[in-house]
Amino acid sequence: MSERLIEVNHLKKYFKVNKGLLHAVDDLSFYIDRGETLGLVGESGCGKSTTGRTLIRLIEANEGEILFNGEDIRKLDKQKLKDFRQNMQMVFQDPYSSLNPRLNIFDLISEPLMNIPEYAHDKKKVYDRVTELMDTVGISRRLINSYPHELDGGRRQRVGIARALAVNPEFLVLDEPVSSLDVCIQAQVINLLKRLQQEFKLTYLFISHDLSVVKHISNRIAVMYLGKIVELSNRNDIFRDPLHPYTQALLSAIPIPKADSAERHRIILKGDVPSPVNPPAGCRFAGRCPYATEKCFQEEPALREVEPGRFVACHKVEK
Amino acid sequence: MEEKKLLEIKDLSVTYKVEDGIVYAVNDLNLVVHNKETLGFVGETGAGKTTTAMAIMRLIPSPPGEITKGQIIFDGEDLLQKSQRQMRSILGQDISMIFQDPMTSLNPAMTVGDQIVEMLLLHKSVNKKQAWEEACQMLELVGIKRERAKDYPHQFSGGMKQRVVIAIALACSPKLIIADEPTTALDVTIQAQVMDLMRDLKHKLGTSMILITHDLGIVAEICDKVAIMYAGGVVEYASKEKLYNEPAHPYTKGLFNSIPKLDVDEEWLEEIDGLPPEPTEVIPGCAFSPRCSKCMEICKQKKPGITYLDDDHYVRCFLYEKQAEGGAAE
Amino acid sequence: MNKENKKTNSQLASVWRSLRRNRMAMLGLVILVLLALMAIFADFIAPYAYDAQDLLNARQAPSAEHIFGTDEFGRDIFSRIIYGSRLSLVVGFISVGIALVLGGFLGAVAGFYGGRLDDIIMRCMDILLAIPQVLLAIAIIASLGNGLVNLMVAVGIATIPSYARIVRASVMTIRGEEYIEAARASGTNDAKIIIKHILPNCLAPVIVQVTLGIANAILSCAALSFIGLGITPPSPEWGAMLSGARNYVLTYPYMSVFPGLAIIVTVLALNLLGDGLRDALDPKLKR
Repeated sequence: MSERLIEVNHLKKYFKVNKGLLHAVDDLSFYIDRGETLGLVGESGCGKSTTGRTLIRLIEANEGEILFNGEDIRKLDKQKLKDFRQNMQMVFQDPYSSLNPRLNIFDLISEPLMNIPEYAHDKKKVYDRVTELMDTVGISRRLINSYPHELDGGRRQRVGIARALAVNPEFLVLDEPVSSLDVCIQAQVINLLKRLQQEFKLTYLFISHDLSVVKHISNRIAVMYLGKIVELSNRNDIFRDPLHPYTQALLSAIPIPKADSAERHRIILKGDVPSPVNPPAGCRFAGRCPYATEKCFQEEPALREVEPGRFVACHKVEK
Repeated sequence: MEEKKLLEIKDLSVTYKVEDGIVYAVNDLNLVVHNKETLGFVGETGAGKTTTAMAIMRLIPSPPGEITKGQIIFDGEDLLQKSQRQMRSILGQDISMIFQDPMTSLNPAMTVGDQIVEMLLLHKSVNKKQAWEEACQMLELVGIKRERAKDYPHQFSGGMKQRVVIAIALACSPKLIIADEPTTALDVTIQAQVMDLMRDLKHKLGTSMILITHDLGIVAEICDKVAIMYAGGVVEYASKEKLYNEPAHPYTKGLFNSIPKLDVDEEWLEEIDGLPPEPTEVIPGCAFSPRCSKCMEICKQKKPGITYLDDDHYVRCFLYEKQAEGGAAE
Repeated sequence: MNKENKKTNSQLASVWRSLRRNRMAMLGLVILVLLALMAIFADFIAPYAYDAQDLLNARQAPSAEHIFGTDEFGRDIFSRIIYGSRLSLVVGFISVGIALVLGGFLGAVAGFYGGRLDDIIMRCMDILLAIPQVLLAIAIIASLGNGLVNLMVAVGIATIPSYARIVRASVMTIRGEEYIEAARASGTNDAKIIIKHILPNCLAPVIVQVTLGIANAILSCAALSFIGLGITPPSPEWGAMLSGARNYVLTYPYMSVFPGLAIIVTVLALNLLGDGLRDALDPKLKR
């Protein structure tokens, strides 16, 4: 029934920094089925954005394989990669810095088209496609000659989405696409993304630190902590019965807009997120984990399937 | 809760002159903050939250900004009548501020202890040694070991820096703290820590607070009263319980509906159509009328006045004005 | 095609609009336009030929006939300053042009690719920078020979590092922007990214450097002419005129005052315009 679109195996990305090796993405394995949305949540510095960028080779991974329709895209040469980019696009977090301030909407949306021979020499065709995209994402056509600074955040993000859709990709990496938007605009953009997904049968990797947004849009959710996936399962399981102590803490830390939310029991984690540079052996969460035992500090838990479709990396969770 | 008014804002209006016209940043704003009370100030970008806070502290840059109308009565005195000199002694001592970004609101070239000491020396008659001792106590109060008073801001993490900022704000035991998005720049788990601390301090010290935020979740965690702002005005003001359980203004309702909910599965989020008005745009009637699903003819022509639904619950909306006039509440 | 025009037009128009509001910048622009007109129509404006000697009326104070006075050969100083604007402006613009093209290219490549290429280019620039500009220019003229073209080349080469540095710094900032990543994600190649996305966005600091640079180049040329390199007599060049007047500074100051004033006015005008342009090109200041 469901078909694997993306399969990632043992993906690693380390950055050299002054003090040693920054383990941005450390041995990730997961898959995304065609037409589904995988949510990737975690706090800043946990490697979620790096994961998204490595997946579409904006950043080159150090190790591992990324299978797209069964083909390892890490092995593609420059020319093939260029063609391949049409299959996977990205929507960026900040609609202010992801649009070149000196280009107008037409130029911004048409840019990816210029790399396709079919469009490169046919101005009429490009124009038609751009206006079609503007209709799709809901930007009025009269704005075609406007510049990004003349638009509000929501419209800018729509331009970013139109640009990503221009080449008819199958897969979109959405890197915090609504984090910088106001609540009402956020709702509009989220609905737009969902509608587009149904209309064009898109597959999403939705990266966000906002759990309620991720829960709303994702089918399955992966929780990252310091370069590792600590828990991955479908969204209802994660929210109803989080298994990993970090997931539990993360969920209880969400401020809930309800009158009695101050009364609920919360797990307040001690300390800060440790640095991903030269992380310690053992479980990376052990230092902040309320249940940590001797074993957690020495042995790194592997991501195991504890129930069909539910993966967790914790010594505490048996089975 | 003591029912003494600490801060009362009456009909405050603030304008900015810009190139293509006049921005009506705050229009006829009415608010009350009681002693020991935390007021949540909620609204979208550009709704005038920060401008209002700046107006209370008389920090509106003028020109181009100008307070055109109103009174800000703090502790029985109108702040708008104060001289710059008087204001300076009020700021920091009676009213202090916590800024959004802890990275930029601390001086990177001074130890955190010295930054608190500076504040104390400015407003209190203490000597250096006493001030240092007090600074260390302040740090302990916000959960930082006193040994760290000699450290520089860059040696602290984001959450710790925000604790330092809170310590500075509390240093002179002010009557009112204005916190502008104090946890927005922090990660969820760190945000939970800081909010926990703020709630704790609130009970311990009983300082009144205005919390500016766009996040209704944070308001629910920490506030007693909530004011919802839209396009420069408060459209609804109520106690937290009333606002969350029986929101009245169509904008408030829309705001709640557009947040994705954790406990309900929903296919689509409810949207409020359209966009907030441009800052220079002048809307003759209710500012929300172009986007309102319940917009009536009168909404487009007249500005709605304040209708009290309850002692501590008011709304600016004709839907309720009419009901009140007719004497029949639905 | 039409659309392209419209786009550049509207961009230019908005820059022009904000520039026009800046009075000082407009003053600078007006002075520069006057200087340019003066250079172009020198033949019509100047009352005398620049090399017309009149030894009987040498070293005269300003009068109705010679409003700026005459020099040691009785040549009209006013006419010489007008003709001199030709050389000075040409030297200024062309030597900056040389420095900008070469320095800009090196800086863009170094900033964009980084790594070893960046190291090599920037260390070369450091070497150039370590030698005082005028000294370097003297050395270049000494090896290429005296002459107007060589003077411009020498001044141009000597100022390459400052352009390379500025362009490199802004390219490096802009390289990290998300829209560069977005362009890359849509398969745009490096050359296109540099030309379409990066260079237009580092225009602002470069333009400022250019206006300041032109002023500097005129002064450098003046300095070189002052020590007898570059412009050869009787060609009038402001710097050369200053240098010729050095023997008479005490006895007959007019000879040095007026060319000096001409240089000051030009430099001032360029600086004013440069400041204004920087503000006008900064998108953050627009709103």
